Amino acid sequence: MSGFAKPLKIALGVVVIAGLIVVPMNFNRYGLFILSQWAVMAIAAMGLNLTLGYAGQVSLAQGAFVGIGAYAAAIMTTHGWPLPAAIVVAIGLSFAVGWVLGYPALRVQHHYLAFVTLAFSTLAFLVFRNESWLTGGIYGISNIPRPHIFGIATNKPLPFYYVCLGSLAIVSLAVWWLIRSPWGRAFMALRENPLRAQSLGVDTRRYTLMAFAIGSALGGVAGALYAPLTQYIDPVPFNLSLSLDLLMMVIVGGAGFFLGPFLGAMIAVLLPEWLRFTEGYYLMLYAIAVMGLLIWSPTGILGILDRYLAERRTKAASALRAVAKSRLETVQ
Amino acid sequence: MSNLFDLLVAGLATGAIYALVAVGFTLLWQTSQTINFAQGEFVMLPAFLMLAAMHAGAPFWLAIILGILLSMLLLGLAFKMLLVDPMMRHGVLPLAIATMALAIGIKEAVKQFFSAEASPFPSIVPTGDVSILGHAVSLQSIGVLVLAILAVFGLTALLNRTSLGHQMQAAAQNPTVARIIGVPVERMILLTFLINAFLVALASLLITPIYLAKFTSGEVLGQAAFIAAIVGGFNQVRGAIAGGLLIGVLDNLAAAYVSTQYRAAVPMLFLIAVILFRPQGLLGRAEERTV
Repeated sequence: MSGFAKPLKIALGVVVIAGLIVVPMNFNRYGLFILSQWAVMAIAAMGLNLTLGYAGQVSLAQGAFVGIGAYAAAIMTTHGWPLPAAIVVAIGLSFAVGWVLGYPALRVQHHYLAFVTLAFSTLAFLVFRNESWLTGGIYGISNIPRPHIFGIATNKPLPFYYVCLGSLAIVSLAVWWLIRSPWGRAFMALRENPLRAQSLGVDTRRYTLMAFAIGSALGGVAGALYAPLTQYIDPVPFNLSLSLDLLMMVIVGGAGFFLGPFLGAMIAVLLPEWLRFTEGYYLMLYAIAVMGLLIWSPTGILGILDRYLAERRTKAASALRAVAKSRLETVQ
Repeated sequence: MSNLFDLLVAGLATGAIYALVAVGFTLLWQTSQTINFAQGEFVMLPAFLMLAAMHAGAPFWLAIILGILLSMLLLGLAFKMLLVDPMMRHGVLPLAIATMALAIGIKEAVKQFFSAEASPFPSIVPTGDVSILGHAVSLQSIGVLVLAILAVFGLTALLNRTSLGHQMQAAAQNPTVARIIGVPVERMILLTFLINAFLVALASLLITPIYLAKFTSGEVLGQAAFIAAIVGGFNQVRGAIAGGLLIGVLDNLAAAYVSTQYRAAVPMLFLIAVILFRPQGLLGRAEERTV
């Protein structure tokens, strides 16, 4: 990804961030809701990208962690606790459950791991639906309050969009730091070759559990924002298909790329909305678009860019070689 | 006790259908490393194809034949050529994700082009009860069980007794060596896709009269078949059969004796236990692990 000059990249980043802050100011309620949803899903997908894209552990349970976070936030804030406290609890809870879910990953890998996490996802859904003393059962929890941040009420859609965007920014910075730290390198070593990682002294056991726990904790953060965003939660959004959607976001965006989850969440949340003019066909077209994209580039959108840049670099390198060679020949 | 007997019969009947679907699932995995997340939708679709043929005026028997042929064309041939072939060499995960998208696509297409409502579907087995050992057992359960068992026996005979079956097994176990000794591996893989399409169409024909034809009915079914395949042994046809029957019975017993709310949890817990303590499945061989 080093094909662009650094100042250009920074300028591009600043333009995108400024755009995300300024452009939605005159969006209507629904547009802001969709954009907030994008920010929330991007956080959850970023967590999964850490588990799957960087550490190489397949998880089909990210949706369950979003559910755990959402219920934690909903239950606490409706009982008068402030949202930041609820977020801390959501993180702690998802981290702990994610850690435990990581144990099967120490025993089985790849598709078997996917199936264990899939089973967990269904179990979590059953708990959300059936333990109505805690979760309200199929009736769910309504009137979830939105927080006051620095004394400013965020009841209106625009301020709450900024809450989501700000949280996305904080999480992005944390993840950016994490994947550049020795931990991130240990995660990647785990993905590339667990045996070699172990022989080089990486505690693969601990890092596998960590990859699960941190990824799940980000799912919890997303959930804790999702609850005040919709202000009403019931078990349905947190069933298996959310986990599958999140996995799709990560793969479509580009697993193992920092920006992958942002693009993946954009495709999954915004593309169906843009296709709404086709009425009943929009999800069908969305499915076809995803399949077409994956056939074209199984490494996702950023995979295309990555390949293009790599190609350009090889071309540039071979041009340099040709020049060097001809110079060598003229000297002789 | 009579209750238990009824539950067992009903469980075996649904379990036999799960087994059909699970066998197809393992066949695809063995020959082409396809984890088909759309397998449930593959079962849902043929019933609608048959209904469409009947709306167009075809008699029931003709609609069944047309439905099965169309399924083999769409869910066998087209699925392999358009989606699996271009993606196979890129590994398991992107293809699995593509089948998830396919599942959404099939569901939405059925909802849009047919109906969002559940439609009744005629049964190929006469309704009514017969008395076995003093118990009234529905003819439908027996018919489903017999047909599913016949299909499974037919398939096992094909795989184990014929030269074609041996070639298919060779293509699944070691494509390179199979190619060297002259097995047309590509054609064998295509054949497994066609067999899978036939099995899901048959399953569709058997299960839809019981649960009605609805665009969402693939979700539960796909998951059950999925679990059956893993519990029995991901790389074994007879494992998938055993797994299917087991999950069918377990599901029915759990609904009666555990709680209706948590009936779905029992097969899941069973699945987790099997994966953790016997990852190759109850009847499976341990897969070779590459470093």
